[in-house]
Amino acid sequence: MSTLHTVNKSPFERNSLDSCLSVAAEGATVLLIEDAVGGALQNTAVASTVSDAMGKGVKFAVLGEDLRARGLSAERVIDGISVVDYAGFVQLACDHDNVQNWL
Amino acid sequence: MSDTKTFVYMNRKAPYGTVYALESLEVVLIGAAFEQNVKLVFMDDGVYQLTKNQDTDGIGMKNFSKTYSALGDYDVNQIYVCEQSLKDRGLTLDDLQELTYEDEDDDWAEKSSIHLVSRDQIAEIVGSADVLLNF
Amino acid sequence: MPLEVNGKTYETDEEGYLANLNDWTPEVAEALAAADGETLTDNHWEVINFLREYYEEYQIAPAVRVLTKAIGKKLGKDKGNSKYLYELFPYGPAKQACKYAGLPKPTGCV
Repeated sequence: MSTLHTVNKSPFERNSLDSCLSVAAEGATVLLIEDAVGGALQNTAVASTVSDAMGKGVKFAVLGEDLRARGLSAERVIDGISVVDYAGFVQLACDHDNVQNWL
Repeated sequence: MSDTKTFVYMNRKAPYGTVYALESLEVVLIGAAFEQNVKLVFMDDGVYQLTKNQDTDGIGMKNFSKTYSALGDYDVNQIYVCEQSLKDRGLTLDDLQELTYEDEDDDWAEKSSIHLVSRDQIAEIVGSADVLLNF
Repeated sequence: MPLEVNGKTYETDEEGYLANLNDWTPEVAEALAAADGETLTDNHWEVINFLREYYEEYQIAPAVRVLTKAIGKKLGKDKGNSKYLYELFPYGPAKQACKYAGLPKPTGCV
């Protein structure tokens, strides 16, 4: 069983990402979209939270369209987080057994 | 003008994910017609509103970040950005668009509208408000 | 009330503003003016073209005060005043010129 978790709330404003990570198991993927994409950048106040989760075997992805809309360059994303487009979003959904949206 | 009031707009939300940022900008533009003393504060996720190189083609929404550079024309030139909020998000002043105005009292010299401020300074700005609008 | 130009139909709102910004052509502008009983001169076109450029750059139609100041800077003081602009666009420079320029009504014009 693997789950794709999508987070669309800012990790600087809500606890959605923390809640998500508290249940995300090894092999799960966390996809950051909409207002959550800022959490994928290097040198932020949540970067260590993200890195710690990656160290425990949780994979991360971020939606490139939402990064670009906010003027955030893909080059500044934490190493190991994959930048995907909408087709990649769909592919991730297909590659996992379930999708959990952390609304 | 003795009846001039200080309007402070607090902007704390990222653009596009919710409608707050766009709503705030529209209210600021409408309010500018009344020629009051206007101050804009960007803190928390609000600092994302001012990033440069925004490209919304992929999400199918209007890129209203271009409109911030018109604020100088509207005599809205007191823009305060929370330095700590930038830092928490891995951003610096260089990541923000340049916003300028022409200073009528200084031979129309072009000046920056953006000022980096601390939380203490934000408290002072909020304290100076006759009218405080939160977005 | 849809607008017809050269056999093509364009959607407009209840006040005659173009529904779709990308529908605009100079011929559409002439037709929008004709519907108000107006004929566009070079002086009208200066303002209309200015508004389209302003919208392209800032994504908004400027308020009258901002338009007047900017026109004065670009086209000279004799044109950057409300008298000149109201003579060209008697229904209000921002409202009427924006309509012919295919732009939405200026923010703040209810």
